[in-house]
Amino acid sequence: MKTEFLIAYQTIVRKEFVRFARIWVQTILPSVITIFLYITIFGNFIGDRIGSIDDFNYVDYIIPGLIIMPIISNSYMNVVGSFYSSRFQKNHEELLVSPVPNSIILLGYITGGVMRAFVVGVAVYLVTTLFTNIPIANAWLVLLITFMTAFLFSTAGFINAIYAKSFDDINIVTTFILTPLTYLGGTFYSIAALPQIWQDISIFNPIAYIISAYRLAFLGLEETSLVLSLSIIFILIIVLFLSALMILSRGIGIKN
Amino acid sequence: MENALEIIKLNKIYRNNVQALDNINLTVKKGDLFAFLGPNGAGKSTVIGIISSLVRITSGRVNVLGKDITKEADYAKRNIGLVPQEYNLCQFIPIEETMINVAGYFGIDKKDAEKRTYTLFNQLGIWDKRKNTPRELSGGMKRRLMIARALIHSPKILILDEPTAGVDTELRLTMWDFFQEINSQGVTIILTTHYLEEAERLCKNLAIIHKGNIIQNSTMDEVFDMKKKHTYIVKTAEDIHQEIKANGLIFKKTDYKTCEITVNDGISVTDLIDKLKSLGINVVNIISKRNKLEELFMDLTKEEITI
Repeated sequence: MKTEFLIAYQTIVRKEFVRFARIWVQTILPSVITIFLYITIFGNFIGDRIGSIDDFNYVDYIIPGLIIMPIISNSYMNVVGSFYSSRFQKNHEELLVSPVPNSIILLGYITGGVMRAFVVGVAVYLVTTLFTNIPIANAWLVLLITFMTAFLFSTAGFINAIYAKSFDDINIVTTFILTPLTYLGGTFYSIAALPQIWQDISIFNPIAYIISAYRLAFLGLEETSLVLSLSIIFILIIVLFLSALMILSRGIGIKN
Repeated sequence: MENALEIIKLNKIYRNNVQALDNINLTVKKGDLFAFLGPNGAGKSTVIGIISSLVRITSGRVNVLGKDITKEADYAKRNIGLVPQEYNLCQFIPIEETMINVAGYFGIDKKDAEKRTYTLFNQLGIWDKRKNTPRELSGGMKRRLMIARALIHSPKILILDEPTAGVDTELRLTMWDFFQEINSQGVTIILTTHYLEEAERLCKNLAIIHKGNIIQNSTMDEVFDMKKKHTYIVKTAEDIHQEIKANGLIFKKTDYKTCEITVNDGISVTDLIDKLKSLGINVVNIISKRNKLEELFMDLTKEEITI
């Protein structure tokens, strides 16, 4: 990478980090509180009555899903919020009139989303240690899946930010697509325990593969093939990344 | 002399089928302080948007310092600084951070960016406000910030789209001095403004765009030579009871003691006062209705100017 492009990339990344760090009460804290409540209510109060799943305490079983949930939502919201806000204020033109290549713009914003996802992920993991000593079967796999998931949803957030015409459009995707897919992805239960029809539908839910792979990384419990899960995430990253680049190069939503 | 900007057969049709530019040609010489004028909706912002890569070209070509902006976009972007008409600042970060970020987009490292920011903010009188966000700045300060931001990468061409809109007179004069100073250092300036006095005072050459066509492209002196008539507002000592009829005068009464008199070029104010005196009219006060550029602009565009 040319030095000047490296400086441009570092600038976007620094700007994004400073942005979410400056408003940490809005960006980091809510996820921590939400997960604290989830574990308290579902893990402890209700979990004690459920018992165990696949030889794991219910609270341990749901924690990988509970950690990946804010990773998905924060990586997505960071990029969609930041880039749409720039479009709204028109200061995205600062980037468009500069010689920064589209790929650097995209990578910069995605890196911002990934960083926030990692910060939130670590914070949420620390919260879980207050309740249980969850095992980590494969730390490298945890990091890899965290990175890939955050990258995927940051890219999706970028595309949403380009097409959004109002702040409502940002919330529509989160409310009507991301949240249902996350809840139906097996965070609180095993997909295998569902009726066949719901198992068949879950095949088309990418978040189900992510949660399954994350559960394997933490608990060593393989519900779905790891290779299949990673392949699906990887293919989706490639598709969305190339789509975002194409949208940027055509100037859709950002140029007249 | 090498051209800073060449626009060749440029067309722009927007998605709603509005033709904003109709085959326009325009040349701006290197080192010029060039006025680009036109009424609202004439196509000025479209041209500026195309030059600065914010608007896509339908057909035609734009060369910046001899290089095609579609083929060598990076080169064009590195050499252009844009001060847009609308505020396009991030409202939530201190203005010095905005400068450092924009410098970074141009590949300038943080240390160098801080030095440049110090120099520009001092030149433009906003160094004391560096820790403030744009929300905390007045309109004039925001304008100065946008000028500083456009200059952070030391461009060879500066595009100023209504740079003094909403700025008080004193600050406007200061900004004019600043523009002239950077122009004297070799920066080509393309200025759009609705204050035609500004264009008349600062610029040597101009173009007027109207309904997507360049209807005038010449030196300021050539424009003044074109203007054959001039209108004065005359206040008289006595009530005006009748129409003033004299050779070379066009009379229009606006009040009991006020009238507008249009004279052919060549008749001076003294000649006019003498002529009115010979008709028994004593002049108390006489002022030019508009400056020459305004009059020509009105003639060419046949529209009221929104000022």
